[in-house]
Amino acid sequence: MLQITEGSHAVAEAVRLCRPQVVSAYPITPQTHIVERLAEMVADGDLDGEYICVESEFSALSSCLGASAAGSRVYSATTSQGLAFMAEVVFNVAGMRQPIIMTIANRAMGAPLNIWNDQQDSLFLRDSGWMQFYAEDAQEATDLHFIAYKVAEKHDILLPAFVCFDGFILSHTFEPVDIPTQEEIDAYLPAFNPLQRLDAKKPMSFGMYATPDYYQEFRYEINAAMVRAKKAIREAGGEFAEKFGRDYSGLVEGYRLEDADTAIVAMGSVCGTIKDAVDEMRDAGEKVGLLKIRCFRPFPADEVKEALRGVSNVAVLEKNINIGSRMLGAVGLEVKDAVYKSGTPVYSYVGGLGGRDIRKKDIKMITEWAKQGRNDCFFGLREELLE
Amino acid sequence: MALNVGCAGAPGRARDNKTGSWRVFKPVFDNEKCNKCGTCMLICPEVSIDEDAEGYPKVNYDYCKGCGLCAEECPKDAISMIQEEK
Amino acid sequence: MSENTCEFFDSGHRACGGCGPALAAKLITRAAGEDTIIVASTGCMEVFSTPYPETAWKTPWIHSLFQNAAAVASGVEASIKRQGRSEKVVVIAGDGATFDIGILCISGMFERGHDVTYICYDNEAYMNTGIQRSGATPFDASTTTTPAGKLSTGNQRPKKDIPAILVAHGSPYVATTSVATPKDLMDKVKRAINTPGPCYIQVHAPCCTGWGFDGCKTMEMGKMALNSGLWVNYEIVDGELAKARKVKRVPVDDYLKAQKRFRHLFKPEPNSDEIAKIQAIADKNAEKYGIDIKPVK
Ligand SMILES: Cc1ncc(C[n+]2csc(CCOP(=O)(O)OP(=O)(O)O)c2C)c(N)n1
Ligand code: SF4
Ligand code: SF4
Ligand code: SF4
Ligand SMILES: [Mg+2]
Repeated sequence: MLQITEGSHAVAEAVRLCRPQVVSAYPITPQTHIVERLAEMVADGDLDGEYICVESEFSALSSCLGASAAGSRVYSATTSQGLAFMAEVVFNVAGMRQPIIMTIANRAMGAPLNIWNDQQDSLFLRDSGWMQFYAEDAQEATDLHFIAYKVAEKHDILLPAFVCFDGFILSHTFEPVDIPTQEEIDAYLPAFNPLQRLDAKKPMSFGMYATPDYYQEFRYEINAAMVRAKKAIREAGGEFAEKFGRDYSGLVEGYRLEDADTAIVAMGSVCGTIKDAVDEMRDAGEKVGLLKIRCFRPFPADEVKEALRGVSNVAVLEKNINIGSRMLGAVGLEVKDAVYKSGTPVYSYVGGLGGRDIRKKDIKMITEWAKQGRNDCFFGLREELLE
Repeated sequence: MALNVGCAGAPGRARDNKTGSWRVFKPVFDNEKCNKCGTCMLICPEVSIDEDAEGYPKVNYDYCKGCGLCAEECPKDAISMIQEEK
Repeated sequence: MSENTCEFFDSGHRACGGCGPALAAKLITRAAGEDTIIVASTGCMEVFSTPYPETAWKTPWIHSLFQNAAAVASGVEASIKRQGRSEKVVVIAGDGATFDIGILCISGMFERGHDVTYICYDNEAYMNTGIQRSGATPFDASTTTTPAGKLSTGNQRPKKDIPAILVAHGSPYVATTSVATPKDLMDKVKRAINTPGPCYIQVHAPCCTGWGFDGCKTMEMGKMALNSGLWVNYEIVDGELAKARKVKRVPVDDYLKAQKRFRHLFKPEPNSDEIAKIQAIADKNAEKYGIDIKPVK
């Protein structure tokens, strides 16, 4: 049913429909509205699960790990400082192959302290073994939760996932969102069926340590599952499209890319602004398109390569900074690798950090820069503050 | 054998590791002196002393590390530690 | 060959011969029984008992990190409660994991009131990483991060009173025990498991390697600690001291002399000032818990 709702509340509603048996989270701006709404649902009996009011993010994800290992479907949400505080457990959850879904309301990393949006937080955990989805709008954020659970819990995948949506920009704004019914979601997402669990009837030891004789193979297996996840995501997205009419069968999505000379690559809510800018540039006769990356882990290098075939230059709009790397942004690095053989130039343009507005004129500017072959750099800097 | 997903293991597999090879001294039991008090069976950290059919201690030398704790605690001095011949 | 079917912690683990924590694991699991899920912390016990694929555990067991056992246990408990299952959840964690790095998660777990028994095996230092000091290390013990030297007599802080902290959290059952009193240990584990809510047991678990004594003396060391008053077995039920094990107390000297970690207090000659400070700790314990059968002459 189409409802005008705050992004966070749409996400909370999606989570409720997934029937998590244990929710454990710790409040942090801008994730708070999700966990508050879930707490209300539990208090009102609308969500039939345990809500653990933990004392920290570190315990939030640790308790999720225990709950998942004991065989329950589990949910958490956090952002930025909270995610960094959990980092040790983040790696552990993936290594122990627990299919936990966690919403990230993307926010900048301190210092300086900043509660506004960029994507540095989830990206710094890119090698942790979690799948990473990025939503453009509240509808996509909602739907990606169903898909994430479905893929994560498959026995040949068993990987956790971040569903990322931009803090404030999506979490705190109202949009019309089509919320599926419980019957529809039950038909799409079956009850959690753990491959193995802590159980006195079939005792096993979880989280043993591995010597050099074994460790490398466990890491190999995580990566192999991540590679398999690409197909699983396409299938789960395709099935979702059949049932709900919204198509997430691609890990990337092109917009007016057909005969484009310049492609802008981006993730998350900024793609909406970019589409408007692309329309205006197209109207002015410029051959520009957008490649939106919906899934950053696993990284769909083949799709990216295919989508960018024939473009002459690529501007990657980065809401993160890859400090100390020659390539200024983490997304650009992956895109450049994907198209490497074609020789197409790829530039990382970093901006929108810590909640700085990205305007259509910024997008037009970086499109121009890419055409001119301008190297990686920041955009939207306040030059007067810099010496 | 294929790896378990997530590094979980089947119960009690440590038995594949025969720690008896660590032993330098070997506990030898004198049933004449033993009063079947059960102390040695209770406190062996290697879980390697069992009760035989008559209630006397029976050591599993596959795992006994020869720590000497049983001999030290036996109230009847029924256990002596003898150097292993290697 | 016996398969030790009634044991839930089995042979083949890699602890040092005579290891107090290994004995603690055996006694705890024996008392807890098969319907138990164990949550462990990183440390000696985890390392000596679970190199993949050779686990010594025969009940369900989980380890995640050094400092999060209480939080993992909270999740396990919530999860099985939700599923209507009846297993008991028992944490077995080291003193470093408990006194120091894990205290945030422990405080949260006790405050939230999870039905979990948290057992700390206290070998009084970080043994797994090479005998560094923890908040449980006794006064004047030499460790690799508090070495005795020309200007130092070892660890300069007294043992942290974690049981009191957990009593302050409103825990219905807090107890201390020792591997040197195996029956007491097992009774207390059973009682804690059958007490609803978060319970705490601290088990004195002498470590031959870390303290510097022969592995055959592990029980003896535990008994000497009890007899000196430096360790006290007690029970605090609903916030009140319910029971403390009485002893005919002896001076602390013999206990100290038996361990290399206190050797510097006797060489080249006895450091009577420092020994007197340790005796004062034992005297204070004795008074606080009322353990003296006859006062020391
Ligand atoms: C976050 C983190 N910091 C440090 C370590 C290194 N470390 C592993 S075990 C350990 C000490 C364990 O001490 P304790 O809990 O007393 O157990 P013991 O080894 O003495 O049995 C340390 C410092 C770690 N694994 N994780
Ligand atoms: S401790 Fe000694 S007396 Fe007791 S059962 Fe063992 S051998 Fe016999
Ligand atoms: S010597 Fe040690 S390991 Fe061997 S049986 Fe006696 S107590 Fe057990
Ligand atoms: S160092 Fe101490 S705690 Fe660790 S295995 Fe050896 S005796 Fe046990
Ligand atoms: Mg320790």
